[in-house]
Amino acid sequence: MKFFSWLRRARLWSGFWYMLGVLYFILPLYATLDFSLRIERDKISLLAYQKAFADPGFLQTFVYSNILAIITILVGLILVVPTSYWIRLRLPEARRVVEYVTTLALVIPAIVMGFGLVSVFGAPIKVPFTSIQLTDSLLNSPVGTNFIVVMGYTVLALPLMYRSIDTGMRTIDVRVLTEASQSLGANWFTIIVKVILPNLRASILSGALLTFAIVVGEVTISSILNVPAFSPYLWLLGQHKAYEPAALSFASFLLIWASMGIIQIVTGGRPQAAGAK
Amino acid sequence: MAQTALPASRSTTPPVNAKRWLGVLPFFLFAILFLIWPSARLMIDAFLDSQGRFTLANLVELFQNQTIVSSYLLSIQISAVTALGGGIFGFFLAYSVTIGGLPKVFRSMLITFSAVASNFAGVPLAFAFVATLGRTGFITAVLKNVFGLNIYTAGFNLYSFLGLSLTYMYFQFPLMVLIMAPALDSLKNEWREAAENLGATVFQYWWHVALPILMPSILGTMFLLFANSFGAYATAYALTGGSLPLITIQLRAQISGDVLHNPSLGYAMAMGMVIIMAVSTTGYIWLQSRSERWLK
Repeated sequence: MKFFSWLRRARLWSGFWYMLGVLYFILPLYATLDFSLRIERDKISLLAYQKAFADPGFLQTFVYSNILAIITILVGLILVVPTSYWIRLRLPEARRVVEYVTTLALVIPAIVMGFGLVSVFGAPIKVPFTSIQLTDSLLNSPVGTNFIVVMGYTVLALPLMYRSIDTGMRTIDVRVLTEASQSLGANWFTIIVKVILPNLRASILSGALLTFAIVVGEVTISSILNVPAFSPYLWLLGQHKAYEPAALSFASFLLIWASMGIIQIVTGGRPQAAGAK
Repeated sequence: MAQTALPASRSTTPPVNAKRWLGVLPFFLFAILFLIWPSARLMIDAFLDSQGRFTLANLVELFQNQTIVSSYLLSIQISAVTALGGGIFGFFLAYSVTIGGLPKVFRSMLITFSAVASNFAGVPLAFAFVATLGRTGFITAVLKNVFGLNIYTAGFNLYSFLGLSLTYMYFQFPLMVLIMAPALDSLKNEWREAAENLGATVFQYWWHVALPILMPSILGTMFLLFANSFGAYATAYALTGGSLPLITIQLRAQISGDVLHNPSLGYAMAMGMVIIMAVSTTGYIWLQSRSERWLK
């Protein structure tokens, strides 16, 4: 009996905290939505959304950030999938070092990373201890700058990408799949692309969507390297407009919601947190 | 290539073979080029003056310059407050959907929401809080019109320590929920039953059994939350426009600003940040590994 009365009180207690949590989650979103609909006096309208989406700056920066995100996802996958696969299959002793490196990516704040990249790649690169110049400063050309931005983003997304892929790799029997494919005459490329990747669909999708959320929201590295990305644009818009930024903020919330929702559905498990803080 | 790798049946002692390490070479090459080299470069630059000569002056100034010391302290304070606040709030939320007896649906809703909120940071988050608690924000207006309370004349300001803390909380407590919910799941029912059979009260069970088991996990995650907000830049900048001198904001002003411009000092500040981040991340990893003793 005592246990049940305790349980009832516990429910009340839980309900209290849950309500508080729901309010904390919902209120800022509701406020943003509400504000974004009030561009016209005494009238609810979607005008702020129309204006925001019609701005050529929005389309340019949003498309640019999406392209960056796609390239970052590809680079991340090409880097992480074979590495994680090889560690599982042949090189378990490298696990610790690789995990250490991915943790290091968590330790270096984005702003430090940004200035580090500028300081290394903003100057001509020489062979160490000589004056032989390998390349001019990579940040002089748009291609070079975009390349460095993508590499920076890949580093930012590395911890989450690695964890997603490695978790997926753990649930499949890499050794058996590899031996079976080899006995059927497959080469390494075929094994990874046609056997391992399809088995990792859920992890790849969740790693990709987390990377997407990071890249589209990222403002630190993109503003240090001065590339026309979406978040710096949104920030600038907020300097001289009121309703359109609110509209875009709410829209980007929906975008993140969609990404995390898909992760929830395909993995049925726990998505992780990252984000451009 | 397939032929050489054919006899892959598990040999108990794999031959020490440098070739196997070639498989992870691209990963390490990438890490060295774009993670280790840039960070190491800043660390080295922290010891150089503007002429490129060795000096300890930047490090000394780190401790002597009052502005820098106070911006470190401000960042540490805000990280500690939001880690503690977010940690406690997140713990109770995780509790409510695990052993707190709320229906299962509530749990999956909370977890999804937490995943979204912990990724909803930076510029959009700042704008959302302006719309909520800014001068004309939704809650500000409701409090004024319905309760007759003007929080701004009462001393509240969104662009202050308290305001930024409330904003950071939006990505802090969800992270706690995401990590604590599985930890709370692994509290064994037998432990509670054993405690009850021995006549323990609910308080005694929590104080002597559950909390000591959960403590490494709780503290560890708070370390993670600390690091999470210590390295934050975008949210604070978008919200306060740099008026709240956090270390990240001062760092940027020092390296690329117009007014303060002493990059070497900025690099030393960056090094200090990395050290604090490393300590707090190490705390997280160490405590997390300790918590696995009981919680699997």
